[in-house]
Amino acid sequence: MAFLALDHVNKRFGDHIAVEDFTLSVKKGEFISLLGPSGCGKTTTLQMIAGFVDPTAGSIHLEGRDLLSTKPAQRGLGIVFQSYALFPHMTASENIAFGLEMRGIARAEREGKVRDALAMVGLDGYGDRYPRRMSGGQQQRVALARALVIKPDVLLLDEPLSNLDAKLREDMQIELRQIQRNLGTTTVLVTHDQTEAMALSDRIVVMSKGRIEQIGTPQETYERPASAFVSQFLGKTNEFPAEIRLSDGAQKLIFGSCEWQAPAGPSGPVTVTVRPEKVGFASPKSDSLKGRVVSRIFQGNHWLFQCETECGPAIVVRQNNGEPQPEEGETVSLIWRKDDMGLRRAGESR
Amino acid sequence: MSAAAPARYPVPWKLLLPALMLFIAVVLIPLAMTIMLSFHKWGQYTGIEPVFILENWREIWSDSYFHEMFLRTFRIAVAATLLTAICGAPEAYILNRMRAPWKGIFLLIILGPLLISVVARTLGWALLFGGQNGIANKALMSIGLIDTPIPFMFTETGVIIALAHVMMPFMVLSVWAALQRVDPQIENAAMSLGAGPLTIIRRIILPQIMPGILSGGIIVFSLCASAFATPAIIGGRRLKVAATLAYDEFLNTLNWPLGAAVAVLLLMAIVLIVVSSNALIERRYAEAFR
Ligand SMILES: Nc1ncnc2c1ncn2[C@@H]1O[C@H](COP(=O)(O)OP(=O)(O)O)[C@@H](O)[C@H]1O
Ligand SMILES: [Mg+2]
Repeated sequence: MAFLALDHVNKRFGDHIAVEDFTLSVKKGEFISLLGPSGCGKTTTLQMIAGFVDPTAGSIHLEGRDLLSTKPAQRGLGIVFQSYALFPHMTASENIAFGLEMRGIARAEREGKVRDALAMVGLDGYGDRYPRRMSGGQQQRVALARALVIKPDVLLLDEPLSNLDAKLREDMQIELRQIQRNLGTTTVLVTHDQTEAMALSDRIVVMSKGRIEQIGTPQETYERPASAFVSQFLGKTNEFPAEIRLSDGAQKLIFGSCEWQAPAGPSGPVTVTVRPEKVGFASPKSDSLKGRVVSRIFQGNHWLFQCETECGPAIVVRQNNGEPQPEEGETVSLIWRKDDMGLRRAGESR
Repeated sequence: MSAAAPARYPVPWKLLLPALMLFIAVVLIPLAMTIMLSFHKWGQYTGIEPVFILENWREIWSDSYFHEMFLRTFRIAVAATLLTAICGAPEAYILNRMRAPWKGIFLLIILGPLLISVVARTLGWALLFGGQNGIANKALMSIGLIDTPIPFMFTETGVIIALAHVMMPFMVLSVWAALQRVDPQIENAAMSLGAGPLTIIRRIILPQIMPGILSGGIIVFSLCASAFATPAIIGGRRLKVAATLAYDEFLNTLNWPLGAAVAVLLLMAIVLIVVSSNALIERRYAEAFR
């Protein structure tokens, strides 16, 4: 049974539709990410769960009880804001203790829980610091501890790591995942960073312009994107115009000088999509895509090739595994496994 | 090229010169002259004698008339400051929560009066409550709510209310500035932790805008303690404060040295209070706020 269920939730601001027909059911203990570009309605969705924004239509249930008729203060959710929203006039300990105090927990018990929460986020000994005297990463941890110490049914995170620098962000991702696993807290994370969403989540909800594009595990959304938008948004994708045509009595997929056996389906123009790391260089054979390396960039553990092919530009990523790689200007043949390729028929924009 | 070595950075100093001269001419010299004046001797028939005596200061020190005057001045200033804080802080908070067009409109309504002379604004109170002829008094009496006019003119309460009204924009502005620094999500954060609206205001908002209320309080206090026009119009000759007293000594009694002593004492007291309370506030909030 769904733990947290959003059912056909809509939100309009005037005549601007921020979230449209949002249906999602989250299992207990699951880590869900709402992923999408800025302005696609992620924050609005999160705030509707939190109760700071009222949906125009639809319903939200938590363990079967109607959340929309519950005041935000009574929903018992833990929230970490993008700006952290720490109370600047309170020390880290006082910040964390605030939620416990509101629940009428006695001082002695409070102190123990605050100490445990600080230890959990690796901030033992920082309890007496004011937020202004802490680094961004430390403030982030205080915000997380403050949200988790009240043992929330659901933890809501709004771009919690976006204000941190790259290295710290990676460390916090690992830590966040570990804490979430240990506590088993159902978590909804909002992010516009696809690597973050993939690294952390059990399932990803890809959103665009207020609508859900796809819901699936990180692998599913990456390997089998349901729409052009998803495949573009989750990492780079090569797209080649192609056509499925009857030739010599068999369905053929024709692009450039290639003529591959086509999967079952109607004839007509299609788009071939293939991830850069799935493309390899082959010996010049008749059924591979012909092209030329325009630039070759060394990136440590891999090479990044930009090629100009008969079907337009293509990106190829190759592991730096010691094998010789083509030079700039060299003529190459691009090939990939048929399983790694996606076909999108014309008109099928999503 | 000139052979003489130029001063190291002559240009900034030269640019500063006109303003510096003006400051010396209209602030420092008159202030020094006023301080000197307060030590001169004055007689009914002899006028001002340029000698150095402490008589004026001794008179202020020993005469309970002056004690009462200064006490009243500061009582009025403190009460008016409290009143502006009690009304101004919620005003700024509500203003800050208003939506787009109303926010600007109401901010203009609150700050607009700053463009009108203090005298005009104070005279408004006199028109409303000026004894039998005050419009408000007349109206209230005619509908039978009151039998006698509300005593407002020449009362301390009247001066306090009028001063608070005149100084309100300064408090609202100061609290408004403090509110701009408050994270817009902070109330939601407190709410999600289970705090009700009153708790949020008392535990989260108020402590954060306190520095704004206090610095607004310092501005309002110093302006109230040295205010002249409002106490002169509402308090008149019957209810004197330090500023109106100094004025009277200068222009009616013509005892300039005594007036100067009163003015200098008022100035020193205000500077002392403002500087020390400012230091206290800064120390109190240094930890949590920049
Ligand atoms: N209070 C509001 N009033 C009007 N429009 C809003 C409001 N909040 C959000 N929006 C609009 O709704 C859309 C979605 O916003 P948001 O949920 O914040 O996006 P995201 O978090 O994905 O970047 C945006 O186009 C934004 O301009
Ligand atoms: Mg957002």
